[in-house]
Amino acid sequence: MLKIQNLKKHFSGVKAVNNCSFEIKPQAITALIGPNGAGKSTVFNLVSGILKADAGKIIFNNKNITNSSIEKISNSGVSRLFQQSRLFNNLTVQDNFLLALNNEDTKFWSSFISLRETSADKKNKAAKILKLITMENFADTLARDLSYGQKRLVELGRAILNPHKFLMLDEPVAGVTPKLREKIAEILLMLKNRKETILLIEHDMNFTFKIADDIIVLERGKVIAKGKPSEIKDNPKVLEAYLGE
Amino acid sequence: MISAYFIHLLILIGIYAILAISLQLAMGFVGLFNLGHISFYAIGAYTSALLALQGFSFWFCILSAGIIAMLFGFLLSIPTHKLKGDYFALATLSFSFVIYAVVLNWTGLTRGPLGLPGIPKPIIFGFNFANNFNFLILTFAVALVSYLIIKKITTSPFGKVLQAIRDDELAVKILGKNTFKMKFYTFGISAFFVGIAGSLYAHYITFIDPSSFTLWQLIPVITIVIIGGLGSLKGTVIATIILVLLPEPLRFIGFPSSIIGPARQIIYALLLLLILLYKPRGFFGKVELE
Repeated sequence: MLKIQNLKKHFSGVKAVNNCSFEIKPQAITALIGPNGAGKSTVFNLVSGILKADAGKIIFNNKNITNSSIEKISNSGVSRLFQQSRLFNNLTVQDNFLLALNNEDTKFWSSFISLRETSADKKNKAAKILKLITMENFADTLARDLSYGQKRLVELGRAILNPHKFLMLDEPVAGVTPKLREKIAEILLMLKNRKETILLIEHDMNFTFKIADDIIVLERGKVIAKGKPSEIKDNPKVLEAYLGE
Repeated sequence: MISAYFIHLLILIGIYAILAISLQLAMGFVGLFNLGHISFYAIGAYTSALLALQGFSFWFCILSAGIIAMLFGFLLSIPTHKLKGDYFALATLSFSFVIYAVVLNWTGLTRGPLGLPGIPKPIIFGFNFANNFNFLILTFAVALVSYLIIKKITTSPFGKVLQAIRDDELAVKILGKNTFKMKFYTFGISAFFVGIAGSLYAHYITFIDPSSFTLWQLIPVITIVIIGGLGSLKGTVIATIILVLLPEPLRFIGFPSSIIGPARQIIYALLLLLILLYKPRGFFGKVELE
């Protein structure tokens, strides 16, 4: 589904991503782990088009998407959750969801002439996601009035609603309560059962080992290990990278 | 009978309302802090005045004013689309200096500081708007249509995307939307209505010169938008009425006109400061100014 080949991104001498290569299997949850500064978020930013690669290739569904625009990559089927909250704070939860559904709303004339604001079908899709994240009563709440945990859920819901073939989640459970972590794990496992392909960055190892099918370990911009969670757990290279042992 | 003075104030309210709601569209709904807004007002006023002085009909003049301003809006949106916040404000400010320099120095076209006198009052289908009461009706009709169109844009799904761009443009792009296209349209639409306001102004005052289109003229408009509240068209209209009427008592105190002008600017600046400090969302605003 996604192939990263010899990807490079340097920031004035700092090799954030350095000849990085790996492949993501479809219909599975893959975790990208590594110590702080390993280059995980940079890889996410390169895949989603926010950063331009210095060298290397990113192949998605047999198409080269290296250095394509953010919108083009998104429309090819890549949906992303950011590490920091990026909700539309002055819009309601429902509006945040409706915006993710398609790009019909960017057409000026059809939007201007249309008497109906939003189709029932779109509202139903948004309602289903609200139910999934158990926030049915928050449809009309402004995003800025939500708690941190609720914001994470809404962002996850928005990323799921955005039409995609591949879901990238940057630290979906960072800073949330254990109960909410369980809830998010449940949602991700449900998505896996629906044959979704997910790549996630996560520092919570219990969470990662519980839900991931495959793990890729990055250090200083390079892949130092990959395999099943059981293989990664006791990998000496991984232990050294994390613990300096 | 409404006094001539009151009619004059109402006409100013109508023109300022168009200026302010069009700025509200760009600034309050998309987050484009456009300091070049007044230059589209100049482009509209000069386009309309020059065409009218060549004998073209008012309808042709006012529509051309809007369209030419819109084209300049489209043009300005291209180099500025990647800029944000202060950088965007500075780029649009420099555009307003360029337009000011052009109207001041292209004397062959604009007569420079001498200005363009004798701009005819509108005549539509044989109906003469030389009478100020008739001009007031025309101004209010144009202001109402402008308000309704901008209201429709902002409440449509397209408008929701604009508000999302204001909140987080990167998140909008990540959803697969072309934000450049959205900002391009909005900039043009906003400029169109400012151009229309410029045309009304030129045909009402019947004389324009570069001094009517300096950055100082933008301060009351920005003050109106912020006091009314970002993202609120209703607030913008109410703030327009208040801010146009507020400095008027100064005239009756007996101050010389050399004092009244600067005193108005001081009042606007003080109001802006107080609102930013104590009510950053304005009176009807939905978003805080960042």
